[in-house]
Amino acid sequence: MIITVLSGKGGTGKTTVATNLALSLENVQLLDADVEEPDACIFIKPDFADEYEIVYRLIPVVDEAKCTACRKCVDFCEYNALALMLDSILVFPEICHSCGGCARICPVGAISEKEREIGKIKWDHSKRPLEFWQGELNIGEESPVPVIEKLKEHIDPEKTVIIDAQPGTTCPAIEAAIDSDYCILVTEPTPFGLNDLRMAVEVMRETGKNFGVIINRSEDEYDGIIEEYCAREGIDILLKIPFAKEIARLYSKGISFVEELPEWKPRFQELFKKIEGLVR
Amino acid sequence: MLIGISASDNRGLDAKMDSRFGRANFFAIVDTENMEARFIENSAASADSGAGVGAAQLFADQNVAAVISGDFGPKAFIALKTAGIELYSYRGSTIREAVEAYKNGELRELGVSSNNGHAGFRQV
Repeated sequence: MIITVLSGKGGTGKTTVATNLALSLENVQLLDADVEEPDACIFIKPDFADEYEIVYRLIPVVDEAKCTACRKCVDFCEYNALALMLDSILVFPEICHSCGGCARICPVGAISEKEREIGKIKWDHSKRPLEFWQGELNIGEESPVPVIEKLKEHIDPEKTVIIDAQPGTTCPAIEAAIDSDYCILVTEPTPFGLNDLRMAVEVMRETGKNFGVIINRSEDEYDGIIEEYCAREGIDILLKIPFAKEIARLYSKGISFVEELPEWKPRFQELFKKIEGLVR
Repeated sequence: MLIGISASDNRGLDAKMDSRFGRANFFAIVDTENMEARFIENSAASADSGAGVGAAQLFADQNVAAVISGDFGPKAFIALKTAGIELYSYRGSTIREAVEAYKNGELRELGVSSNNGHAGFRQV
């Protein structure tokens, strides 16, 4: 079973939910797919032991001797990763999406593709029963998707998999969610939280994902904004994490609250059982 | 000689300059001989990425000799330099002002890109 934790808005508590849930379960993999700023490691405190796998993707290389400056590749590229300047093709690797279209469309075979290092995968298997994996996008790279794809290759179908996604509703968040059996949307009871939750819900519906909501920093007097929306849309509210000083204090020290507040592990285990029931 | 300028609107020489190069709403092409201006709408104004490169390509295709904008990112800078186009950073109110400043020799050519791009922190 693969569960992806998402949120439209950043800073709502994806990592809080993903780490606390993972630490409450047996035989579990936690994948930090927020590869532009992975931070689950703050709470998991892994030892990566200097081991990593390099993530490559393909970018075009133009053979100037063969290129006739016909500019078919420039016109084809949706992302402006190629430009024709004074009869020579410039390649901007950071914005290339590695679709390979330019190499295919080139009528004289002047474009080949070469590997470019764009990120790393790191892991720590010593924190039993939790197996931790982290993707990292190199600084200056624009597309996290290939790193997330590579990270997902390490999914063990024998385990429960929790994926911590990137905030937002663009390609990287969708890539993290697309193969999951269930998605948890984390939100907060504010107008911003609601606005971005709406966008995340749209993505869920568009991609046909099974999903429910967790309200983080929940306060009775404010939760109505999310509760009313969810009731209207027929969306399950799976759990509320209160706006509590003790939880914030532990967070500020990099401690997952399930490790210090004994009542919470059973709640996350119950949440998992509920999700299992919803998926079946 | 033709000069390219990033513009917020397309109301002739009194069009407002846009300090953003790749994400300006319009690109003005001004002929310095007769001060005639024409405008091209920027289809890449809201592109996810590559707006600067797209704008550089457009100006290169129009055979401009120089481009005036507020800021140029690193990719647009490289593309324009490769095409042999001069880059000038200027913050004026209208494109007329920008062209006059250019003609009066008040603008200094940029040697390095004037911002570091928008893809987060970049390594030097």
